Amino acid sequence: MNSDKIKTSTQVGLFVTCLADLIRPQIGFAAVALLEQAGCTVRVPRNQTCCGQPALNSGDSASTIAIAKMVIKTFAQDDYVIAASGSCVDTICHKYPELFRNDALWAGRARALAAKTWELTSFLVEVMELQQVEATYDGVCSYHDSCSGLRELGIYDQPRQLLASVVGLELKEMNENNVCCGFGGLFSIKYPDISTRMVSDKCANVGHSGVDTLLGGDLGCLLNIAGRLRREGAPVRVFHVAEVLAGMTDGPAIGEGESDL
Amino acid sequence: MSAVASQKVAFRERTTRALRDSNLQQAMGKARGGFVDKRLEAMAALPEFDETRDAARDIKDHVLANLDGYLELYEQKVIENGGQVHWARTAEEACQIVADICKEANAQVVTKGKSMVSEEMHLNSVLEAAGLKVVETDLGEYIVQLAGETPSHIIAPAVHKTREQITELFHEHHSKLGYTDRVTQREALVNEARSVLRGTFVTADVGITGANFLVAETGANVIVTNEGNGDLTSSLPRVHIVTAGIEKVIPSLDDLSVLLRVLARSATGQEMSAYTSLYSGPRQDTDSEGPEAYHVVLLDNGRSTMLGGGYRSMLRCIRCGACLNHCPVYSAIGGHAYGWVYSGPMGSVLTPLLNGFDDSVDLPNACTLNGRCKAVCPVRIPLSDLLLKHRLEQYRRRLTPLFGRFLVRAWAWVATRPRLYQGLMALPLWLMHWRGHRRGALEHIPFAGGWTDSRDFPTPAGRSFIRQWHSRKGKS
Ligand code: SF4
Repeated sequence: MNSDKIKTSTQVGLFVTCLADLIRPQIGFAAVALLEQAGCTVRVPRNQTCCGQPALNSGDSASTIAIAKMVIKTFAQDDYVIAASGSCVDTICHKYPELFRNDALWAGRARALAAKTWELTSFLVEVMELQQVEATYDGVCSYHDSCSGLRELGIYDQPRQLLASVVGLELKEMNENNVCCGFGGLFSIKYPDISTRMVSDKCANVGHSGVDTLLGGDLGCLLNIAGRLRREGAPVRVFHVAEVLAGMTDGPAIGEGESDL
Repeated sequence: MSAVASQKVAFRERTTRALRDSNLQQAMGKARGGFVDKRLEAMAALPEFDETRDAARDIKDHVLANLDGYLELYEQKVIENGGQVHWARTAEEACQIVADICKEANAQVVTKGKSMVSEEMHLNSVLEAAGLKVVETDLGEYIVQLAGETPSHIIAPAVHKTREQITELFHEHHSKLGYTDRVTQREALVNEARSVLRGTFVTADVGITGANFLVAETGANVIVTNEGNGDLTSSLPRVHIVTAGIEKVIPSLDDLSVLLRVLARSATGQEMSAYTSLYSGPRQDTDSEGPEAYHVVLLDNGRSTMLGGGYRSMLRCIRCGACLNHCPVYSAIGGHAYGWVYSGPMGSVLTPLLNGFDDSVDLPNACTLNGRCKAVCPVRIPLSDLLLKHRLEQYRRRLTPLFGRFLVRAWAWVATRPRLYQGLMALPLWLMHWRGHRRGALEHIPFAGGWTDSRDFPTPAGRSFIRQWHSRKGKS
């Protein structure tokens, strides 16, 4: 815990991500709690909405550039920028610099932002060297590895390492934990039948694993999986990993209502 | 615009059909885990697999940067070995060249080894129209030929068919040849096809094969198969024609050994395919067998244009099929839904480039950009990045629906004005919360039927994080 003391002054800006901001604010509060536990001072700038991924994935580079510029300016002053989503971090770290390839000034600023932007669990483990969290969760969980986090950022061990310290939590891997759930942002609305087929496969794997809880690091995927599990009537609770690590699991899980509690 | 729209409908129709086709679903489901596991085993057995992939990528990059030179060298060697090289700018030209060679040879019967380039050329229909009997000799190709279909996978053409379907197909076509029993076991099916085909091998006048690689230093073309049909196709007939894309050339036999190490492991998880054959030209005086004439038809068909732009890396493709095997969209809809010979991630990148952007608008979009293809490609083609690049290109060419583009624009305009954004979101968030918080999810959302037809939508919390945070902290 010594290292925590030394790093008490680590300053971070929280990029909330549009989905957590609008749909599940608790993930934002969980992220703040974890960062503070690890010894960070957290700033949440008001000037943020989305990383621009929906525009980028629709091929609209002008719109993406406008949003990217806003993100770059908003977080220029922070030492680190943290988001609880592998896919938004991938956009900031890998897509922004590429977008500004022909603009020397902004390319430099984009690279500077990329260099200090981290996904939450990897930041906690790799930079803050957090070994354990203070949380309890009574359940058998599987972890869905979201695509960008896994393949573009190499996030696999970090959340599992932290989850290992949660009292009462048992982690049980499911088959095809690294296969896409079929969310893909606008893909899930533009090609609903393919998406449904993919998320049904995912739910079948969750079902076969026999767990009572599914965790993941990207709310988009979790909304998709939770929405399908619920439609299928499967009794599996779904949480963002940050919520479990921060011990914020007393309220309804994703897609659960007050009447379910 | 109407062509685009009709293509769009067509893709969706093909997708829906595929998702409802229980045979296809059964066959694809069976194939999917197998390919993935076998590749993982093969990787584990070769600790330097990743370094070998880097080396493979570098070899291909080097060739592409010096393509003219290597193609000239290759041609020179083929000529020295007594063969001929023909250059075809388009698929039509290539077909014409092949048809002319067949005519000159007075050919009646043509056997074919597996060749995706000949599929790209639609060679079979051209030859059949010229009165030739064309017989596919690769088992998978033979099956799809009997069924009157095209391959649905670049290395496993009939992967979309169940064994029961193949049994029926063989029964239908072979019983008139005296094979009246229905065979159901894999082995027995293979044997029946072999014995039917054996007759054709000896009567064929021309054998047409593809090439996995063309070796510039020796003039050899290399074919990798698991059935050995390539050998019979190339050496028994009087004339051997090789059809290949210009990007298939590699400098040397040393390079070949590197590429072979990644090819089979990525494709089927084998260390080596069962047969790796090198052919360097017509029969020499000292040879006991081999064709009298040897022709290579090199097809450009849009490839040289790819050399210049940002898509050059796609020309590294060695057609291993790993990206198809690991693509969850491909696994859900099969190869035919893609609408052209190349399918899966490599097809979605190649088809717009070789066949035109206008008629393939859906392909780069029907993808979650999950990047599994990019992660497994043995020559490290950034497939998912190229698909994103296609989307940017489509936008620039205004190929995507106007209304969708307008919505994204409008949303982005609001998203760059955070206070307005928060203000506009407040009411819908509150309404959705009010409507769904007791049950926790909405079963229907107006304008989002695509989502809620098959999934619930978890209810938003009612107030955004940013608003909650700043009212709690009383600061900004
Ligand atoms: S793109 Fe890569 S993975 Fe796909 S077929 Fe070509 S070489 Fe294989």
